[in-house]
Amino acid sequence: MTALTLKNVNKSFGKVQVLHDINLEVEDGEFVVFIGPSGCGKSTLLRVISGLEDATSGEITIGGDVVNMVPPAKRGIAMVFQSYALYPHLSVKANMALGLKQEKQPKDEIEARVAEAARMLSLGDYLDRRPSELSGGQRQRVAIGRAVVRKPKLFLFDEPLSNLDAALRMNTRIEIARLHRTLDASMVYVTHDQTEAMTLADKIVVLRDGRVEQVGSPMELYNNPANQFVAGFLGAPSMNFLPAGLVGGASDTTIGIRPEHIRLSDTGRLKAAVSHVENLGGDTNVLVELADGTQMTVRLFGQHNVAPDEAVSVDFDDADTFHFGASGERLRDATVLATDALQS
Amino acid sequence: MNKARRNPFNLFAAHGILIVYTVIALFPVFVILINSFKERRSIFREPLALPDGESFSTVGYETVFNQGDFFLYFQNSLIVTVASLFFVLLFGAMAAFALAEYKFKGNTLMGLYLALGIMIPIRIGTVAILEMMVSTGLVNTLWALILVYTAQGLPLAVFILSEFMRQVSDDLKNAGRIDGLSEYTIFFRLVLPLVRPAMATVAVFNMIPIWNDLWFPLILAPAEETKTLTLGSQVFIGQFVTDWNAVLSALSMAILPVMVLYVIFSRQLIRGITSGAVK
Repeated sequence: MTALTLKNVNKSFGKVQVLHDINLEVEDGEFVVFIGPSGCGKSTLLRVISGLEDATSGEITIGGDVVNMVPPAKRGIAMVFQSYALYPHLSVKANMALGLKQEKQPKDEIEARVAEAARMLSLGDYLDRRPSELSGGQRQRVAIGRAVVRKPKLFLFDEPLSNLDAALRMNTRIEIARLHRTLDASMVYVTHDQTEAMTLADKIVVLRDGRVEQVGSPMELYNNPANQFVAGFLGAPSMNFLPAGLVGGASDTTIGIRPEHIRLSDTGRLKAAVSHVENLGGDTNVLVELADGTQMTVRLFGQHNVAPDEAVSVDFDDADTFHFGASGERLRDATVLATDALQS
Repeated sequence: MNKARRNPFNLFAAHGILIVYTVIALFPVFVILINSFKERRSIFREPLALPDGESFSTVGYETVFNQGDFFLYFQNSLIVTVASLFFVLLFGAMAAFALAEYKFKGNTLMGLYLALGIMIPIRIGTVAILEMMVSTGLVNTLWALILVYTAQGLPLAVFILSEFMRQVSDDLKNAGRIDGLSEYTIFFRLVLPLVRPAMATVAVFNMIPIWNDLWFPLILAPAEETKTLTLGSQVFIGQFVTDWNAVLSALSMAILPVMVLYVIFSRQLIRGITSGAVK
């Protein structure tokens, strides 16, 4: 069964169309991540699914039922917000129980579900506290707990980790991944952080300007991006793009090459000057500038002694490159197809 | 204050200025209070002297309690003030929520229309209001005053509260919607507690003019049984003779309830004024 189906969903605010013809399926138990730059419509799409915004046209099906006309509380969804959105005047326990009380669940059922969620998220010691007495990470766990107790058909996460600091973000990310495994629930997760997308998702949906650019598993998208936007958006540091003319290709096309596939060598094809070096210990990111002003990032493993302003030359294997046309579309000619075969 | 940043002169100056201001602000109240306990002659001979064995007298308070139904006036004032505040806050907050939360055609225009009342003094419409009250038979009832004061307070209340309600997190309201709360529950249980400081601000700004008003009680409800405190005190002020003892005593007592209400609201009020300045 499919947990969520979107059929030709459009959304406009006045004359501005923010979602264009979105078609998507989320299988039962699947973890789907919407990713895209800010303003791409990913949060709006989540709101349309949740029912907080109405779709201008199109059909939304959750767990087999068309829910276009169903209010958010009856769609069988639960949502976790970026700002936690806990009820400030209620205790942790009451925060988690409120939705169930509204559904008129029996008291002992509510108790049991809250206790179970608190155990799962190790919130047992905090049940009687107010949200203001909790740290950011604990608040977000309460917000997740509030979603878990409702046993929804579909979990919706709206950038849940954006307000947490780096260490906590990683912990909470792992916690969400574990939750997904234990509950075996369908989840839709919105983020602009590609690490979250790559690590959590079964399926990534890349959005730009309200359109779906590509749908696929993290590695599919990484290894076989459909266009220049997807190629540049996934991967950190992001993919380098250079005019193909520099290495003897057609003049109006672009070559994409990931930073880890470039090497510094004395006999490289491209002469460059080092403009900046980032030593991360485990790897070293070297930013170089080609003679024509193109910036490239080179990711070297281990520690390297490179100084800014040093003259270097860079090289890469043509098999590692991606080719893009003038409008950003992927070019798959004979040689490129051979490249794909090598990679997969 | 941090020790390193403490400058004795600045500290002294700041306290000096505040003390001077406090004295100036409290001085009239202080003069009213001490003179209400003096006999008539000493009020005029030495207005600033404290009451002593010779000049002490409670004749003013006796007059107030004997003449006219002071407790009834007091009660009327209290009923009118509290009821008006209740309606101003309730309807003001509801209108503000609608303006801040829902997108509908003419939202901005409606907001401007409601705010227009801030700029137009309600007293301009006194004659029309009186005619309306006469034809509805509300003259000489407390309802006449409550309705007028509610109308008078609403524009500012809507204006201030809608600003504050826009700051209440959308996520919180949406979380409520997903949990199945009705719009009314979201309004009363989630939003109102969060704008409490703003409500207190509106309450204080409205309370004092209503309590002190002489105009509308005189015109709309001058009957003996609906007189408010301010109006009731006027019986002691005559064209040729004024019973100062009684006036001062009545004023002293009129200060009390406003002070009590103010103390209740002031903790919230200060949070209201400073909220947003520090997160």
